[in-house]
This record gives sequence, structure tokens and C-alpha cells, in this order.
Amino acid sequence: MTDVAMPLALETRGLCKNFGALTVANSIDFRLAHGARHALIGPNGAGKTSFVNLVTGVLHPNDGVIMLDGADITALTQAQRVKRGIVRTFQITTLFRGLSVLENVTLAVSERLGSGGDIHRPAGSRRHIIDEAYALLERLRLHDEALRPVKELAYGRQRLVEIAVALGLAPKVLLLDEPAAGVPSSESGTIIETIERLPADIAVLIIEHDMDLVFRLARRITVLVAGQILVEGTPPEIAADARVRQVYLGERAHA
Amino acid sequence: MAIAERVVAGAAETFARRHRFRWYEALPWLIALAAYFAFPDYLALGSQILATVLFALSVDLVLGYAGIVTLGQAAFFGTGAYTAGLLAAHGMGAPVVGLFVAAAAAAVVGVISGAIVLRTTGLTQLMMTLMVAVMLYEAANKANSITGGADGLQGMEVSPVLGFFHFGLYGKTAYFYCLAALFVGWLVMRRIVHSPFGRSLTGIRENEARMHAIGSPVFKRRLVAYTISAAMAGVSGALVAQTTQFVATDSLGFERSGNVLIMLLLGGIGQLYGAFIGVPLYMIAQDRFAAIDPVYWYFWIGLLLVLMVMFARGGVLGIIDRIGALIRRQR
Amino acid sequence: MNEILSAAVSIAFFGLAFAMVLYLISVGLSVTMGLMGFVNLAHGVFAMFGGYAVTTLMNSYGMPFWLSLICAVVIVAAGSVVFERLLYRHLYGGAELDQVLLTIGLIFMSVATAKYFWGPLAQLFQPPPELRGQINLGFREFPTYRSFLIVCGAVLVTGLWLALDRTRFGAKIRAAVDNLKMAQAVGINTSGLFTVAFALGSGLAALGGGLGAELLPIYPGYATDYLVYFLIVVSVGGLGSIRGPFLAALLLGIADTAFKYLLPEIGSFFIYALTLALLMWRPRGLIGPS
Repeated sequence: MTDVAMPLALETRGLCKNFGALTVANSIDFRLAHGARHALIGPNGAGKTSFVNLVTGVLHPNDGVIMLDGADITALTQAQRVKRGIVRTFQITTLFRGLSVLENVTLAVSERLGSGGDIHRPAGSRRHIIDEAYALLERLRLHDEALRPVKELAYGRQRLVEIAVALGLAPKVLLLDEPAAGVPSSESGTIIETIERLPADIAVLIIEHDMDLVFRLARRITVLVAGQILVEGTPPEIAADARVRQVYLGERAHA
Repeated sequence: MAIAERVVAGAAETFARRHRFRWYEALPWLIALAAYFAFPDYLALGSQILATVLFALSVDLVLGYAGIVTLGQAAFFGTGAYTAGLLAAHGMGAPVVGLFVAAAAAAVVGVISGAIVLRTTGLTQLMMTLMVAVMLYEAANKANSITGGADGLQGMEVSPVLGFFHFGLYGKTAYFYCLAALFVGWLVMRRIVHSPFGRSLTGIRENEARMHAIGSPVFKRRLVAYTISAAMAGVSGALVAQTTQFVATDSLGFERSGNVLIMLLLGGIGQLYGAFIGVPLYMIAQDRFAAIDPVYWYFWIGLLLVLMVMFARGGVLGIIDRIGALIRRQR
Repeated sequence: MNEILSAAVSIAFFGLAFAMVLYLISVGLSVTMGLMGFVNLAHGVFAMFGGYAVTTLMNSYGMPFWLSLICAVVIVAAGSVVFERLLYRHLYGGAELDQVLLTIGLIFMSVATAKYFWGPLAQLFQPPPELRGQINLGFREFPTYRSFLIVCGAVLVTGLWLALDRTRFGAKIRAAVDNLKMAQAVGINTSGLFTVAFALGSGLAALGGGLGAELLPIYPGYATDYLVYFLIVVSVGGLGSIRGPFLAALLLGIADTAFKYLLPEIGSFFIYALTLALLMWRPRGLIGPS
């Protein structure tokens, strides 16, 4: 059970966002504990990606507060939030396809270490940055493809690189937006393994449609419907919840 | 781990190779030197070409690398030109000092206008770049007691460079003066482009969302690029003012902003050397043909621009690239 | 007090006439940019050639004013279709820079063409006899032609807005501006729609150019020198909006007239500064989504 008295890794209070008549977030109170393995599920259009966008600063909320480790980050820019340790991956792979795997990760590490804006020295001259990036690739077993351009990799491998880039930013909170989206089932096993082997001190929130993945990885699940939290609990609790069944009944019929 | 060492070393070597000087990078300078001896009667045109290459480089930095479409680069060119001009007209004609002051003045205009302009996107941003230049144009026109308006600033007296090299009738000093300034500007630009900062500009241009997501301060990087570009353009304007001993409102005009875009497109945008190819091509052709009939010149340049956008978007460098790829495929 | 009132009335009147011309010319640009997402910096070229057509037909061929206007609109609209099919449509959805460069090239070509055929001086425009002189509007006398401009503009604007709201064509345009993919999905022929909208916008521009030949003199530099005005109207009004640019044109027309009357030394500088401030406050325009 999470100890609510301790500061949470990530918390939102009364988070609201609407685009005119369309409400994508309706007073969301969300809590993510340190070291959590938490999943956010819900039907299409429920506002899951919008939630990630709000928390990371891509969208500005109409109301509400976002707290990272007890500190209010609602007014911070995207880049500032990344520096504080809240990192996301994208649902559609957003890497530099012409650059090598190593370069993509090096970019992230370099920014984290504050060298990203250096104007006085050539890129790639700081050896330790490349070393760290490569070590990260080794941990994710991507090192064999380190020098290959991203566009040459299988899509499942590209999704892994996306995670590697996120890890290069030393996240305290990691938001994985459908990490297995678009990945053929033959390749999704590696992604699941990788997520399982993530460091225990990182708080992980996964947005996913793949229920197998969710029930395998998550210790806690939040169900989001039409911008509102429907219910939250452990996997067995969620699986048994009648409301959740109803929401997903249509999805189940198609699965 | 031996393999890891090798891979990292290999990667580091790949990165390092990118910014090392290649033999063909000496070509523009050799050609410039050769031109000095081969065309002694055209040194005045040569100086203007060299100064304009610097102007085009400034546009390449902000447009080709940072991806900011600007219709108002002349704002910074003109600021530099008028700064140098006004200094020279009021007894402070030391050229190199003038360049520094011009760069500073243009940088100030750049950072202030950039802070406003770069907060917008799309058409609004494009509009704003145009507005800034148009505003300065209007101001210079209205303040014609100070600036001389469309007729130009009177009474410029430029001192010898470094107190020693007089600006003579044949333009020899002017030529080397501009060549030296361009060389320094090119070194700076090259260093920027190959630095992590320069790479992040490319990243911002290609995938802004990704750059935000890795913690890049996108607005700040763009603003820095915009300001440096403004300073370079300002130096270019000062060079032109000092070597022609003249500056008028056309240095702030839309035509100047538009022409430099054309020159850069002609050579190739975003490849550092497009400026070195496009500017001489354009200006030499203009020198030959515009004298015959300026009306025809405008028509054909317009047509060339249209055809290039439709068929040869990468400019001369793009065509060279395509030929190179064809040759490689044949092998 | 009387003088202030009188000056205010003059400014409002002349500003309104100017606003009508600006709107007629710019509304087509708003649609082009909002509908096709195409940065058409050469839009002023249509207005310019409309003006050249009207003045040439009237001065060199003695054609009546009304007929010249109609001919100008038809000629320019037809010509614009050629440009749209041949050049513009290949760059829809393309890089903004490409569109900018293409249209700058077209401007250059038009400047040269105009100078070649008509020389560098502004064209002489004389309103038809029935529209010359002054007209008494009850409390004061005003130039007849400017009054005509206001009335004509009001009629055209009303007609345009009615057409947009009431006709199927208007509905299609609104749908496509709102959500292009959706419009295509429901079977609207967006490609044809673009061409027709483009032709209409260019035709209106030609009309505005011809009607406004007194206010915006027709000479080769027309498309570059007045570009700023059209862009201000469109960006302050909101891309793709039909009503927004009208408000923007009113603001610009009246402000410009006011400054020319009251503070001619400062001239347009303040207008540009105001525009910058407005765009900083509402980057998407006054009526567009903020």
C-alpha cells in the first residue's frame, strides 16, 4: 500500500483541460508513488495522451496543479520539467531517423549534462557523454545496432531506442505512451522485458491498450474515461470491476 | 570491454571527422585570392560579393539551420550599415571598430525583435519578421535628417584599416578587408554549425517535439541563433557601407531581404557553402545582365526562382549532390 | 469641438472607403491561406493586374467603367486558375519556405511585366462622370466616388457573407477550412473547391484593385509595396476567416487614415507597432481561435 503521507513522485490535483466544448481532462486527481509500476488505461479518446501532455507541459491546463516530488511544476516549461526528472516517450516514434541510435541517445545525455547548448567546441568531443550513452545501449541490449541509422531498425527496436533516449535523461518519473504500439507481437516481448528491468527507483506510468502487457507489468491501474478517472486499484480489483468490464465490453468483442 | 571501447572510439571518430577541415574547404579562399590577381578591374564588385556572402551566411544560419523563415533579414543588415555609416559620418571612421559596433547594434535589434517574433509561429511569425524590417525602413525614411533617407547618408569618411591600409580607388584594401571579415565570419559559422548548439538547431528544425522532450530550451536556442545571425548580417551591412562609403534606405528594404533569399536558394540552403556559390553566381550575373536591361533581369530572376522551387529545390549544391548520388549508384 | 467632430467624421469616412478596398483585396488571401494553407505573398499581383486591366480598358479602349470592372475580374480570375493549376497546387501542404520563395519569384516577374507593358509611373484613374465630384449626404458633402466605394463595398461584403452562410458552396468552404480531412472524407471535392475559391479570391482582389485605383495607385511596385497591408489584414483578422479580416481592414483603414491626417510625420510606423502588439496578444488573429 502506498504511504500517502510521503511526497508522491507525481501528483495532480483537480487537473482540468478543455478545448471549447471538448473536455479532455475533468478534475483529475492522480497519484503516482515512488518506484510505482502504474498503468493508465481507457477507451480511445479517453484523454490518456492528453493527460501525459498536460503533465509534461505540452498542454497548459485550464485549472489544477501538477506536483513533482512535492514541488509545484504547473508553471514550468517542458524543458524545465525534463530537467526536474519527468520524462516521456511518444506513442509514435519521434526519433531522428537519419541519425544513428547512439547519436539519438547521446543527444539526450548531452542535454541532461548541460552540454547541449555548447557553442565553442565540436559536437562529439566529450568522450564521457558517448561512453554513458553507449553503456545505456548495452543495458538495453541495443549496442549491436549502436551505429546504425534509426530508420534501418525494425520498428520494435526503434521503440526500444525511444525508451533508451528517455533513460538517458535520468528520469525520476517515466511516462511511457503506448510503448508497444504498432509493434508486431514477435517483437513486443523484448519491450515488455525492458520495462520489467527498469530501475526500481523510477516511478513508471504506462499508457497502454494491450491488456496482457498491462496486467503483466502494472502493480496499480487507473482507468480513465472521457477525461475522468473512473476507478483505480490493483489489477485483480480492476479486472473484477463491473464498470470497467462495461467500458471495455465493446473492445473485448473486437479483441 | 574491448568491443565497447572500439565502438565508442569509432563513434567518436565519426563525430570528429565531421568537423575536420576538408581539402575542398580551401577552394573558396583560393578562388578569392586568384580572383584578386585575375580581375584587378573588378575588385569593387568582388568586395561587394564577399560582404554579401557573409549576409547570406547569416540567413543560412537562421533559415537553413534554425529553420526560421525570415522576410526581414535586411533589418539587421541595414542596422549595421547605418551604424557604421553614422559613425563614419560623425568622425568615428575607424573601420574595424565600426564593424564591432555595427555587430553589437544589430545584435541588440536581433535579440529584442527575436524575443517578440520567436514567440509566434507560421504566418504570424513570417509577418512579424517582415514588420520589423518595414518598421525600421519607415523610421529611417522619416528620420531623413539623420539618415539622409532614400538619397543616402552624406559625409561618410572611413579611416584606413588598422590605421594603415587606405581605401584606395582600385578597391584593393576593400577587397582584403571584406575577405578577412568573411573569413572570420565563416570560421565562426563553421564552429557554430558543428557544435552541439548547431546540431540542436537542426534537431529543433527537424523535430521540435523531440527536442522539447529531451529538455532542450528551444526558445532560447532559437533566440541565440537569431541574435548571432543578426550580428553577422550587421557586420555585412557595415562592410558594404564602409567599402562604398554610402548607405541608403534600400539597405533595409524588402528587395534586399528577398534577394539574399534567392541567392541562398540558388546555392543551396542549410549546407554552409550554398552562400559561397549562390552569391557570386547571382551578383556576377546581375552585374552583366542588369546593366543591359534591369527590367528583363527582374523577370528572369523571378522565373528562375519559380523554376528552382519547382524543380531544383536544393540549389547548385543539391544538383551536385544528385549527380554524386547518380555516380555512386552506377558504380 | 466642431473641428474635432468634423475631423472624426472625415477620418471615419475616408477610412471606411479605404477599409472596403483593403477588405475586397485581402479576403481572397485569407481564404487561400486558411483553406489551402498556402502562403501566397503574390496575392497583391491579382489586385494590381485588376487595376491595370480596368485603367487600360477605360483609358486606351474607352470602355465604360462597369464593363471594365467585370472584364478585369474575369480576366484575372481566369489567369489565376492557370497559376493555381500549374504551380500552386504542387506546393499545397509543402514547406512554407517553398511557397514564400515561389511567390516572391512571381512578384518579381509581375513587377517586370508591369514595368515592361505600362512603364514605371502610376496609372491614371478617372471615375466615370456619374461618380465624379461631390455628393451631399445631408449634413456634409463627400466625394462621390468614395461614397460609391463604401456602398459598393458594403453590398459586396453582404453578398459575400450571405453566400458563405446560405449557399452549399459556402458551406463546403467553411467545412474545408474547419477540417480538411473530414471534408474530404464526406466526399467534398476539395481539389475543385480550392480552384474555385482561389479564382473567386483573385477575382475579388482584381475588383478591389480596380475599384481602389485612386487609393492604392496602380504601378509596378504595387505587389511589394502594399503587401504589408494585405498581410496585416489577414493575420490580424485570422487566417481562413471571412469576417475577421473585415474588422482588421476597418481597424487598419481607419487607423492609417487617422495617422495620415493627424500625425503624418510618424506615418505608418505606429501602424506596424500596433500590429506587432496585436499579434503578440492574439497570434491567431482577432476573430480566429485564440
